Amino acid sequence: MHSELVEKATKIRQDIIKMIGLAGSGHPGGSLSCADILCALYFKILYVDPKNPKMKNRDRFVLSKGHACPALYAVLAEASFFPREKLWTLRKLGSSLQGHPDLRRTVGIDMSSGSLGLGISTAVGMAMAGKMDGEDHHVYSIIGDGESQEGIIWESAIFAAHHKLDNLIVFLDNNGLQIDGKTCDISSLEPIAQKWEAFGWQTFEVDGHDFNQIIEAADKAKKVKEKPSMIVAHTVKGKGVSFMENKVDWHGVAPNKEQVRQALLELGVSEDELDE
Amino acid sequence: MKATRQGYGDALVELGQENPNVVVLDADLAKSTTSYTFAEKFPKRFIDCGVAEQLMMGVAAGLAASGKIAYTGSFAIFATGRAFEQVRNIIAYSNLNVKLCPSHAGVTVGADGSSHQAIEDISLMRAIPNMKIIVPSDYIEAKTAVKAAAYIEGPIYIRLGRAALPQINADDYKFEFGKALMLRQGKDATIFAVGIMVAAALEAADNLAKEGIDCEVINLRTVKPLDKAAILDSVAKTKRVVTAECHTVVGGVGSAICELLAENIPLPVAMVGIRDRFGQSGSPDELLEHYGLTAKDIEAKVKQLL
Repeated sequence: MHSELVEKATKIRQDIIKMIGLAGSGHPGGSLSCADILCALYFKILYVDPKNPKMKNRDRFVLSKGHACPALYAVLAEASFFPREKLWTLRKLGSSLQGHPDLRRTVGIDMSSGSLGLGISTAVGMAMAGKMDGEDHHVYSIIGDGESQEGIIWESAIFAAHHKLDNLIVFLDNNGLQIDGKTCDISSLEPIAQKWEAFGWQTFEVDGHDFNQIIEAADKAKKVKEKPSMIVAHTVKGKGVSFMENKVDWHGVAPNKEQVRQALLELGVSEDELDE
Repeated sequence: MKATRQGYGDALVELGQENPNVVVLDADLAKSTTSYTFAEKFPKRFIDCGVAEQLMMGVAAGLAASGKIAYTGSFAIFATGRAFEQVRNIIAYSNLNVKLCPSHAGVTVGADGSSHQAIEDISLMRAIPNMKIIVPSDYIEAKTAVKAAAYIEGPIYIRLGRAALPQINADDYKFEFGKALMLRQGKDATIFAVGIMVAAALEAADNLAKEGIDCEVINLRTVKPLDKAAILDSVAKTKRVVTAECHTVVGGVGSAICELLAENIPLPVAMVGIRDRFGQSGSPDELLEHYGLTAKDIEAKVKQLL
């Protein structure tokens, strides 16, 4: 089932590790946790055209948890929005791949983000614009669970439901960890799906690493009328790299050379390829 | 007598007719900002975000990224303070077509007191790259500036006020972005003023003329970018400079003039403005007097330099 997506996601995870390793800084944990959602979006769900990235009726995507942009950049490169070599310039002076997404510098990015909470509010604005213009595209966004402690997330939740923005589909990358520890220990969001439901959203819960579930929920969300949709995706921070999984310390730390090597081996890169 | 904020609503109605891309947002203050006039005529292009200024800026950014020209209302303190980071990190950073036109800037808000009186908004907006700033001096200037903003690419902050002001510009006045306006020529000192202080500067110049002191009065209109040539030309001639703003002297218009002069024609500058204090309740006239923002205060500063 979706073996092609599984293959692509593995490659994306390899790229994430290499990019952050080369940059010497970045956010591997949250990039790895939403990598499968991003693969599903760009390779199965979104209507976009890498050859015509500003196509008027394209679906829009806003990475509200902007620090996970290595995953987004790797996916955009894989989808041919820009050459793959650019990935290795991440976070370097003058690079089109900034530490957080920048719509002016990077082809395929619909909105600058990075300051938590802001992305979803802009996605709401894009969905409003779509409704005003009678267009039928959808606006997608990914928010984090730590990010959901920001007040503007809930301002957006109220407003999007009030305006019946059924063209807005938001994923929650619910990996359970934030910089200072477990989300449930710091300022718990539970019961999170019920909160969104109470705010007037159609909610779905999926395993955020199961492509069938992600795609099926998105298909259902697209058919929802008069309500925005929230897909709560239960994920593992650091997914795919054993020593990063569920470890809070891997939120915003780059792996060193040896750790990069170990991670890539786990992700199926051969010893021969590593030596290159 | 009309307030600059009324120029906002009147300009929006005209813009709504001439440009289908114009959308207007407010945050539960449509009556105060006068954006209700647009809402009545173009309900489908008006969005009331409720009491959520940060959300309003985010939604405006999303609309602008979708090709709209988004005007946002609210009060200056909330638009530039509460939503500072939305304005900085999304709107200005991405150079999006969002026009911030909040009302209730300065102490002329009056009785509501300090919490509702923005006196540091120019400093905040001036520090942000890509942001442009216009401070209109009367209704006509406000109306024409709001209209002009639709055709200037990127984010603009237009500082509007609550209080009714005398008309100082002609009925056929034409706003020019980035250009200062010479209102009175003189040789002894230049008074650079913005907003409600332009009328005070003209009154001060009249009074000083009676004492034989010949002041030049320049309405800066655009605080960012400054009309450097006009400012430097005038200062080269008069060699005495007074600035006047209903705003803190920390980082405001006086500071902007000082920054320009320090690198070009270093000389002492006398600033009329709020001296690192918060506002308070009172009538607008009482507050202007209390904080030293009257024609008399400008006259005293000019004399201090002579």
